[in-house]
Amino acid sequence: MAKMSFENHIMKQFDEELEEIRTRLMEMGGKVEQQLQNAVTAVTDADSKLAEEVISGDQSIDNMEVDIDEACILIIARRQPAASDLRLVMMVTKAVNDLERIGDEAKKIANHAIILAEQSGSAEGYTEVRHMGASVTRMLANALDAFARFDVDAAMSTLEEDKQVDLEYKTALRELVTYMMEDPRSISRVINVLWVIRSLERIGDHAKNLCEQIVFVVKGKDIRHQK
Amino acid sequence: MNKSVDNLSKIKRSLTRRNRAEARFQWYGRVAIFIGLAAVAVLFIDIIGKGHGAFQATYINLNVSYDQELLGIENLSDPEQLVMGNWDALPKLALREKFTDVSGRRDKRRLYGLLSNGAGFDLKDRLLANPQLLNTTESIWLLADDDIDTYYKSWLDGEAYAARLSDKQVVWIDQLHEQGLIHLQLNSNLFTRGDSREPEQAGIRGAVMGSLLTLVLTLMLSFPIGVSAAIYLEEFAPKNKWTDFIEVNINNLAAVPSIIFGLLGLAIFINFFHVPRSVPIVGGLVLTLMTLPTIIITSRAAVKSVPPSIREAALGMGASKFQMVLHHVLPLALPGMLTGAIIGMAQALGETAPLLMIGMVAFIVDIPGSFTDPATVLPVQIFLWADSPERAFIEKTSAAIMVLLTFLIIMNTSAVWLRKRLERRW
Amino acid sequence: MSPADTAKPAKAASKPAAKPAVKAASKAKSKPKAKTAAIKTRKAVAPKIKAAQNLDIADHQETVGKSFSDNAKMTMRNINVYYGDKQAIYDVSIDIAKNEVMAMIGPSGCGKSTFLRTLNRMNDTVEGCRVEGDICMDGENLYAPKLDVVELRARVGMVFQKPNPFPKSIYENVAYGPKIHGLADSRVDLDEIVENSLRKASLWEEVKERLHQPGTGLSGGQQQRLCIARAIAVSPEVILMDEPCSALDPIATAKIEELIEELSENFTIAIVTHSMQQAARVSHRTAYFHLGKLIEVNPTEQVFTMPQHQLTEAYITGRFG
Repeated sequence: MAKMSFENHIMKQFDEELEEIRTRLMEMGGKVEQQLQNAVTAVTDADSKLAEEVISGDQSIDNMEVDIDEACILIIARRQPAASDLRLVMMVTKAVNDLERIGDEAKKIANHAIILAEQSGSAEGYTEVRHMGASVTRMLANALDAFARFDVDAAMSTLEEDKQVDLEYKTALRELVTYMMEDPRSISRVINVLWVIRSLERIGDHAKNLCEQIVFVVKGKDIRHQK
Repeated sequence: MNKSVDNLSKIKRSLTRRNRAEARFQWYGRVAIFIGLAAVAVLFIDIIGKGHGAFQATYINLNVSYDQELLGIENLSDPEQLVMGNWDALPKLALREKFTDVSGRRDKRRLYGLLSNGAGFDLKDRLLANPQLLNTTESIWLLADDDIDTYYKSWLDGEAYAARLSDKQVVWIDQLHEQGLIHLQLNSNLFTRGDSREPEQAGIRGAVMGSLLTLVLTLMLSFPIGVSAAIYLEEFAPKNKWTDFIEVNINNLAAVPSIIFGLLGLAIFINFFHVPRSVPIVGGLVLTLMTLPTIIITSRAAVKSVPPSIREAALGMGASKFQMVLHHVLPLALPGMLTGAIIGMAQALGETAPLLMIGMVAFIVDIPGSFTDPATVLPVQIFLWADSPERAFIEKTSAAIMVLLTFLIIMNTSAVWLRKRLERRW
Repeated sequence: MSPADTAKPAKAASKPAAKPAVKAASKAKSKPKAKTAAIKTRKAVAPKIKAAQNLDIADHQETVGKSFSDNAKMTMRNINVYYGDKQAIYDVSIDIAKNEVMAMIGPSGCGKSTFLRTLNRMNDTVEGCRVEGDICMDGENLYAPKLDVVELRARVGMVFQKPNPFPKSIYENVAYGPKIHGLADSRVDLDEIVENSLRKASLWEEVKERLHQPGTGLSGGQQQRLCIARAIAVSPEVILMDEPCSALDPIATAKIEELIEELSENFTIAIVTHSMQQAARVSHRTAYFHLGKLIEVNPTEQVFTMPQHQLTEAYITGRFG
């Protein structure tokens, strides 16, 4: 299958519009990455100020989603895209949705970071958070790279990483339950950590969705919901 | 920005020049039209001026007694007796009774010269139509001689032309005029009689009938042949060198001088096929040859103008080629073909030269009744009359020209009307 | 919209020229020391496809996709069409299935109209046109010497690009086919055929009061529906349509597309169109022609979401026309 190109339309305007949504998607992706990293850092370093930044930064991500969606609708209305162009536009609408959700999850993590920072106590579970955080951040980064290059192989391998994340999640869950059983006083705190890793697991799922979209654009096959 | 301003000023400058050129062109057009109209006006004024007089003839009122003894006829239904009857005696007697003081052979001859020498036969016709008039007397208007007619008309106009008359005749005419016994009335001979040596008896009926018969034959031959040839050439013939050659030749034939067709007719129809001379058949054949190229060309143009989308639609429905032509192309092309045919006929009506060649220049008195009777045509009649010495023939010639022009105008106008009427938009 | 713009100007130096450098450019590592992670700026690029010259096609181009079908009404094998010395169609093989709507698309001059016209031998009327190959309908060879072209055209009807009703009354237009093929025994039969055809063409309600007025007095869309009624009056098996809506306004076009949908229940339809959206809307299978060669034949959904051949893709997405 030949590599994809989204240029060389007879109407240059069309080229520019497609270029525009892809670039904006990349920007949004970059911002979301940053939000995620900051949120995880806010938890592990108990940095409330950073957490506040993350929370307020979510607004711009929401705005980006609305703007990119609007741009996509206009392309559909004006250009009646077909074949690969159509798949690209549909994929971008779905991808911004996933990215926005990731942003929301990052915001939730930041919220919990603030609560955790206020509470004093041992740093149980922070290792797991750091670990999972690193995996998920890497997953997201890979997914966005694969999207930038339309690299199906990279997308497929990134997809597989989600299994790893799920495994880590289950392991961390068991450990945190053990903490709670050992020290009932830590329950309220550990529960917050639980929410954090749950959000991270969700983010992993969304990153997986991104990879499935990439496969759809390039190969035309819809591989969602398959084992 | 600057460019549009520059352009605008350039345009403005050229505008005056262009407007002037345009106005000049319009004036050229107007002058041309004016000259054309003026020429037509001059033509019409001249002809009508000369010819209108021919529609009236001079008649003299006399008391005629249908004296059976004088005539020498016992039985009106016996043709032999009719032929031998002394018809001339009747008008002569009437004249003598009118001008009782005329004596001497010369004077009597001049007296008798007041009336047309066909007056006696006019009376014969009248008697045969009304047998009860035998042995009675009636007052009747008799046709005057052409010299009298010329003199009388010119005298009424103011410039009397008495060169052909003796003084006594002038006096007699004066007397008749004072008594109201000589006047102009509608010249029925013009439309009821054939050609004659005597101008007052000459009419165009023979020529008109001859023209009619000839044209009917021409139309019956040239229209079907021309239309069929056009359809074949346009629709069915393969497009190769031969058909191109034929097309070039047809176009050339349309430009051939018509007298050549007359020569052709002489050589082929008369000398080879021994068709009798001077009959409408051979005239029709020659004119067919002449109008055929015109009809083929106009019919082809009419067929070509049918849009190909109609043909495709018909073929796509499963019509055969012939059905397509018959049901769709022909009805749509028919208006154009008819106008072409009418124009062709109008041309043929006015043709003289080829018919001269095949002998329709003869002096034909009888009205032709069928295609095989000797005949002449109207343009030839005009040509013959124009040659005659009698002055009365001048106005008759112009009158005949007026009749011919009327026919032509009617035909051309009906061609235009027909085209407008049958034009269809698709 | 972009708080990330602060980081951009620095990275903006690496422009599209550096394709292999994409990986490097996108790997702007976040500084481990800083607390705030820097935003990665990825340039959304993709390796460029080979330029247009690679869209040349080989002499013996294989058609991709599903050219043939089991339930074929018309089968075409190895069709070559020549206008004099010039070849217009190169070795095309395709089936048209019964009761299917097959759309033929392609850039101007690619031979789709020529191909359509071989199906009812309308090319016979063109001087110097030569058709080679096998064209069969229900197994019967259409170019057999003994085959009556008139009968063929009663079985394979055609609707043209510009509406061309005969300059006769509406009734006469529709009745012409049945009349010349002798399909109606009486006037009553003919009336019935005319009414049925006009109903099937969705025109009856609009013209039933004025059947004897000229067909040329209708609007463009109505005229085209009249032509369709005329074509179906002889109950053909296949209807060929050569860009039937290209001369019509959008509403008339929509009505005719609706009609095509209904007609496909009873007729097999082959339609040539240069509107891709129209092909997408009305057809079941789409065939893409390019410079006289058949490039791809596939179900319409597939052609317009995921075409198999890159030429088809390039044409459909408007990269060349």
